[in-house]
Amino acid sequence: MARLPLHAIANARSGDKGDRLNIALVCRDPAHYAAVAAQVTAERVAQAFAHRKPARVVRYDLPKLAAFNFVLDDVLEGGVNASLGLDGHGKSLSFLLLDIEIDIAVETPRGAQQQSISGRV
Amino acid sequence: MAAKVFIGAGAGFAGDRSDAAGPVVEALAGCDGPRFLMYETLAERTLALCQLERRQNPERGYSPALDRLLPPILARCLAVGIKIVGNFGAANPPAAARRIAAMARDLGLRPPRTAVIEGDDLAGRLSDDELAACETGGRILAQGRPVISANLYLGAQPIAEAFNRGADIVVTGRVADSALALGPLLHVFGWRADDWDRLAAGTLVGHLLECGAQVTGGYFADPGFKDVPDLAEVGYPIAEIDADGATVITKPAGTGGLVNRLTVIEQLLYEIHDPSAYLAPDVVLDLTDVEVAEIGKDRVRITGARGKPAPETLKATVCVEGGFLGEAEISYAGPNAAARAQLAADIVRKRLATRAPGLALRIDAIGAVSVFGASGAALDLRNAPSSDIRLRFAAQSDDGAQVERLLDEVEALYCAGPAGGAGVRRRITPRLASASCLIERRYVAPRVTMMGDV
Repeated sequence: MARLPLHAIANARSGDKGDRLNIALVCRDPAHYAAVAAQVTAERVAQAFAHRKPARVVRYDLPKLAAFNFVLDDVLEGGVNASLGLDGHGKSLSFLLLDIEIDIAVETPRGAQQQSISGRV
Repeated sequence: MAAKVFIGAGAGFAGDRSDAAGPVVEALAGCDGPRFLMYETLAERTLALCQLERRQNPERGYSPALDRLLPPILARCLAVGIKIVGNFGAANPPAAARRIAAMARDLGLRPPRTAVIEGDDLAGRLSDDELAACETGGRILAQGRPVISANLYLGAQPIAEAFNRGADIVVTGRVADSALALGPLLHVFGWRADDWDRLAAGTLVGHLLECGAQVTGGYFADPGFKDVPDLAEVGYPIAEIDADGATVITKPAGTGGLVNRLTVIEQLLYEIHDPSAYLAPDVVLDLTDVEVAEIGKDRVRITGARGKPAPETLKATVCVEGGFLGEAEISYAGPNAAARAQLAADIVRKRLATRAPGLALRIDAIGAVSVFGASGAALDLRNAPSSDIRLRFAAQSDDGAQVERLLDEVEALYCAGPAGGAGVRRRITPRLASASCLIERRYVAPRVTMMGDV
């Protein structure tokens, strides 16, 4: 077992509509889907974004794609036309999600995963 | 009926590269079947700005991207029969069509048959109060600011009709981005308006293509974790769609980027909320059972899109004036930079508290915290990981003078602030606020006009 940031095993992409942010989280190896499903709950994501005060966080599961879609309401400070921040779209926020740490059974770490594990553990 | 339709993406937004479409057009030229090139260039804000421009000059108000994006590929597309569809008509599709005609003349080409889609503009059909009553998810319109633009998202049917009538080029204003692909597919395959699964598949094609390189390795690369070959010359996507809606996403040979399971899935879920109900004007797309399979180098097959009946209402985006955004920056670097930056931030906040009371201020420290943080949070640079910090101050107000006051305070830090303050930049941007409305279909009356027929 190793404690890793999601970034070591998963991809994420942000998109916005008004003040609503979605972050797609995709397991690079579908074998990690169950571990991510068990640990990266909507509550856990709400905690990671607590300073941006989400009104609601919903997780949608897409097992056929080994992916999840997180929808966070009211975290973009009004959205791209109203936010005072540099990133009104929330494009960088996928990497805030990827900083969440999870426990993963590590059998045969490869390539970039190896690099990340040795860097973090 | 054609076995396959080929649709390439020429641009994913108005600021996209003008040389991106060239390799796509060359690849399409070698494909056997109906071929289309689509351009999505119409952000919410763009349409409102175009509306303002049209008020100044009735021959303007189309997307400024048109003049940059079309000339490099227009001759080749007309020569080999690649049809073009784009929402670069913005607030004035007929003017865009006339501009394209002039462009063709200047290039010494035959006059293209250009169709114009109108009917998305709600001006004159719904009053500002009626629009306010339709707003969802906010109360922006109720504030009574004058409406600048109000546009419905039209569907794919008028685009199909335009191609049915022989258009080489179809110019739209606001349509659902995905309709730019579904329209050509309806035209070629003649899918029925209630053939929900195929309409869903065509909508998914548009969704995957509408952001250009975002499905071929753009907005994806993360060195060491998600490596993308030759991203500098990333190839833009081409979709191959069969009559059942099964789709292969690929890209032109010899270009950079990549198409694999992961690039496709990231784009599949881009800007999606409930994956079982992605609302488009022509269908509700359900992505739950979509499957994505790598079938060759840079070739990914997508199947399993399901459709549900189209929504009762259509979405419209309404833009109103939104005051002024002011931004000013100043840098501190070297020994004790964080403390000097902290002092500068505290000075500006303290002075504005009495001199521009009520002005909400955001302060970022680029190099320490600039995008993850929340506005209104206190800036604390005691543990800043950098000795090179660029402070950024931002505020917004309907009162431009108040915003100017902030910028003046930041500039004054040069002489009256902490040591070594450097490189002030300041700017004011007029803002537009946007609201979403749900509009009953009885207000929707798309019109297709062949230019030259009138």
